Amino acid sequence: MTRSLRPLMATTLIFLFAYMLAVLQHPGMLSTRVLGNFLTDNAFLGIASVGMTFVILSGGIDLSVGAVIGFTTVLVAALIMWMNLHPLLAFGIAMVVAAGFGAIMGAAIHYLKVPSFIVTLAGMFLARGGASVLSPDSIGIQHEFYSTISKSYILLPGGGRLTVVGLVMLAVFAIAILLAHRTRFGSNVYALGGSETSAALMGVPVARTTITIYALSSALAGLAGIVFSLYTSAGYSLNALGVELDAIAAVVIGGTLLTGGYGFIAGTFIGVMLQGLVQTYIVFDGTLSSWWTKIVVGVLLFMFIVLQRLVFRAGSRRP
Amino acid sequence: MNIIKTLALGAGLSGLLLSAAYAEGLQGKVIGFSQIGSESGWRAAETSVTKAVAAELGIDLKFADAQQKQENQIKAIRGFIAQGVDAILVAPVVATGWEEVLTEAKEANIPVVLLDRGIEGPEDLYLTSVASDQVKEGRVAGEWLVGAVGDKQCNVVELQGTVGSSPAINRKQGFEEALAGKANLAIIRSQTGDFTRSKGKEVMEGFLKAEGGGANICAVYAHNDDMAVGAIQAIKDAGLKPGTDILVVSIDAVPDIFAAMVAGEANATVELTPNMAGPAFEALDAYLNGGTVPPKFIITESKLYTPADDPQGEYDRRKGLGY
Repeated sequence: MTRSLRPLMATTLIFLFAYMLAVLQHPGMLSTRVLGNFLTDNAFLGIASVGMTFVILSGGIDLSVGAVIGFTTVLVAALIMWMNLHPLLAFGIAMVVAAGFGAIMGAAIHYLKVPSFIVTLAGMFLARGGASVLSPDSIGIQHEFYSTISKSYILLPGGGRLTVVGLVMLAVFAIAILLAHRTRFGSNVYALGGSETSAALMGVPVARTTITIYALSSALAGLAGIVFSLYTSAGYSLNALGVELDAIAAVVIGGTLLTGGYGFIAGTFIGVMLQGLVQTYIVFDGTLSSWWTKIVVGVLLFMFIVLQRLVFRAGSRRP
Repeated sequence: MNIIKTLALGAGLSGLLLSAAYAEGLQGKVIGFSQIGSESGWRAAETSVTKAVAAELGIDLKFADAQQKQENQIKAIRGFIAQGVDAILVAPVVATGWEEVLTEAKEANIPVVLLDRGIEGPEDLYLTSVASDQVKEGRVAGEWLVGAVGDKQCNVVELQGTVGSSPAINRKQGFEEALAGKANLAIIRSQTGDFTRSKGKEVMEGFLKAEGGGANICAVYAHNDDMAVGAIQAIKDAGLKPGTDILVVSIDAVPDIFAAMVAGEANATVELTPNMAGPAFEALDAYLNGGTVPPKFIITESKLYTPADDPQGEYDRRKGLGY
């Protein structure tokens, strides 16, 4: 096993071990229904986390994803219910709006030399505020397309359901893995996260790559918002509060270095599933406070920060 | 520690429960409860009462706090379905977006009961909903006042809840219905106190100044107890005796209003019961064991409490519930 794959293996082993322990206690958790729920319930978080992985790989951070998800749900609902647009057209508009929003943030980060933390914080306030101005109340979406989507799923043996939103998430992960590891854009992202100066010297188009990264992150947040609106058949300005933090946690637990330049898209997937596992375990147990999710995720995060430190120190001693 | 607390709660609760005559039918049943969160004292009380009632009935209650997030509630309900629970209780955080997950519950033949809030969507998605009738709460408060003043001339001031909120609109409407056609009763001033104690006090101070130091006011009606407690303070500051010089009637029945009754400073309160789960369990018992389909909307009793109803005892029963 190569050293660089250790964090990914560690995450995977922890997930399998935790799942095994959970199944020993609640045998009902080993069912296709629970596995199907993992995908469906965490689809929006997973899609947003993919965008977040690219951002963190490049050495930045995007705090606006939760707000962009909330904004997109309201925008999509408003376009469908108030303007009577077809959902697919509304989805297209929402994706373009989200990508444009991200591109502007990326441009601000690059050209104004402002830390991504500040720019995306402003983006978060703008998107959340904009969503509340559009409609402070929850807008229910009634459209044939929505009911068709929510009724279509692949029934797995054992009663589990592979839903459309779950499949969308899997597809996003598959495409993102190719994008990160098999394309020039992917190598540019890694190079940027390693060191911006040397990346520029090597001829990486820094401006274009930065803008693309944030546009991609916001576009994926927009897609997550669409998935969220399919999930609840409604748009609500307070949807997905704090999801950016869950996404960051998933990325770090998945083995990506917060300082950038190193990490895996596949690890993020496990990071998302691990959070879903903790939540499901708490529901199955039924007596634990739901805040234990946060405590477990906090402990895992801390563990991975220490683990990465150890792995990379061992690495630098033996170059 | 937890067990002691639960036992103490159970003991205190037996008085609060309307009917203790459940069949043994729900013994050992697994019931999931997806609660919104613990944003208010009343909701915390609802949670602790639900847990205590479930413990008393021998129900294996799976409790999930959604931290005010709908996605957490949906996840919890999916988790309950995957677990194969016998029934699900939900206090929905918003009205929209429940069709898909409740359809899934329906297909799994798991009855769902909504607690204290409704949803938009087909009614066949849930077995029944348990909620209070806010208009009735206002009406009960108004009827008490009509009876209390008799033929005497009486000017009433009103402390409204948050503008535009459904309890404020409905509690105002119900109160006005009770006063309609009574020539001796008139609402002379009505303003919002935002459901808070401090705003209730502030607005009441304004009312007192505007009405000759309170000489013109015979009663105050507050849309919740917190505002009433604030108003009581304002009346005392103005040198009058609340409960005697100015009658105080409000809604909710939180512990503090019973403390005020013990001190003779409040006259009546209408209960918004935190025990929504009791009627829900009764309906589930009848449904799961007897196949009886309950009515679609179960309205909880809006019980009136006055100083004649052992306010000290009511205070003791409620103070540990988390209000």
